Amino acid sequence: MGTIVANIQISGLYKTYQTRTGHTVALQQVDLAIRQNEFVTLVGPSGCGKSTLLKIIDLLIPPSRGTVLFDGRPLAGPSRDVGIVFQEPVLLPWRGILDNVMLPAEILGLDLAQARRRAMDLLSLVGLAGFEQRYPKELSGGMQQRAAICRSLVHDPSILLMDEPFAALDAMTREELGFELLKIWDVYKKTVVFVTHQISEAILLADRVVAMSPRPGRIEKVIEVSLPRPRRLDMQFSPEFKRYSDEIRTLIRP
Amino acid sequence: MGIEETTFHRRGAGASAYVAPALTLLATAIVWELAARYFQIPGWLLPTPSAIGEAMVDWRVELLRHTLVTLYETLMGFGLALAFGVPLAALVTYSPLLQKTIYPLLLALQSVPKVAVAPLLALWIGFGVLPKIVVVFLVCFFPIIVATAAGLSAVPATVMELIRSLSASQYQIFTKIRFPTALPHIFVGSKIAITFAVIGAVIGEFVGSESGLGYVILTSSSQLRTPLAFAALVILTLMSILLYYAVELAEGLCLPWVEKS
Repeated sequence: MGTIVANIQISGLYKTYQTRTGHTVALQQVDLAIRQNEFVTLVGPSGCGKSTLLKIIDLLIPPSRGTVLFDGRPLAGPSRDVGIVFQEPVLLPWRGILDNVMLPAEILGLDLAQARRRAMDLLSLVGLAGFEQRYPKELSGGMQQRAAICRSLVHDPSILLMDEPFAALDAMTREELGFELLKIWDVYKKTVVFVTHQISEAILLADRVVAMSPRPGRIEKVIEVSLPRPRRLDMQFSPEFKRYSDEIRTLIRP
Repeated sequence: MGIEETTFHRRGAGASAYVAPALTLLATAIVWELAARYFQIPGWLLPTPSAIGEAMVDWRVELLRHTLVTLYETLMGFGLALAFGVPLAALVTYSPLLQKTIYPLLLALQSVPKVAVAPLLALWIGFGVLPKIVVVFLVCFFPIIVATAAGLSAVPATVMELIRSLSASQYQIFTKIRFPTALPHIFVGSKIAITFAVIGAVIGEFVGSESGLGYVILTSSSQLRTPLAFAALVILTLMSILLYYAVELAEGLCLPWVEKS
């Protein structure tokens, strides 16, 4: 298993910020290799640098030191091969749902007819068929976030970065969307890096969990999750799950 | 998987919204008419609604001509303010240097009372429609450019982050993100501007004119033809109200996604 060159190779990554009182180390000595089509979760309390790490991966923020290589090559700027989902859906209010999903295809200059078909398929997959012409404000938070996920996939990136995408939703919708995400991941085969502060979510979704702790932000341990797929909600109650959960909880304690 | 939908109510402009104001207006007119007759108020001082109505009918041809003149001045001035204000606001958003130089000038321009500028314009340009158009332009320019600039910079940080992750060009950012974000603001500025626009046209006409409703008010009141002056005033008020609602109508058509509370 695994390719010779890791899909995403992070080496010696540091991120420091200058503040009035000196400087804060947001990330310290991060080394991580993410394999093709792997589902990796970054979990930790606030201040552990997980969101910063995610943004550095796609060069939305530059690192202070260290490198990020995609299939052995560094990025010059945000990549077309990456889709991003934020905590807020960030849908454009003046566009209908379909037009919102098509936004990356428009900006990247892709074949719009093909993108439209892809967008319709994605919306269907997440249960939003029939909502293409509605405005975002007509949809609930969960539905908007589903649309945002579709948008992140319309240009067929091979890597999906998700920054606490379900944090603003209620617990039930969270669970639902988590499984929907796994369904999409199964159909479309992407490398997923998923940031969360919820330990159970991190374990349930991932192939590997990267446990991070703050001050300074760093990786404590990377844990391989050997639960079988497809994952089920009741796996949360297995002793194996509890072992993972307990271990992570101690590791990420600030 | 449940489909939760937020119900989407559209506010209906029911006829009931107009009944109360209409009745109040009618009641006021009746009271006015009766009081004027009872107290025998001279017609040149305070004309009765019936006298005003009579003047409107008798002078309808002239009044129409003057109305069109004032309307033309108003719309031209407003249109020019939009045509220059929106692009200038776009330039100011992209150039902080330009912003630093232009804003103080704009503020100075706005602070000069247009009533004082109007006679100078008449002196320089004459008594035709042009000086009035300039006054209307001056009155509308500031609210439009300020509102537009505010709208263009009002893009939330989250949207900017999304758009940067797609490496969008400046042109794409402007057309797909900044301008649509600014549209509601442009309409706010326009609504403010249009309420002042008619006033600007009338100020221009007061100062020196051969036509327009302001001219009619001035000349008919100096001739003690007060019913006619009132008739012109009523038309001006109606014009101002209708223009405002026209902008609101345009807003409703251009901004279908905005919920009106």
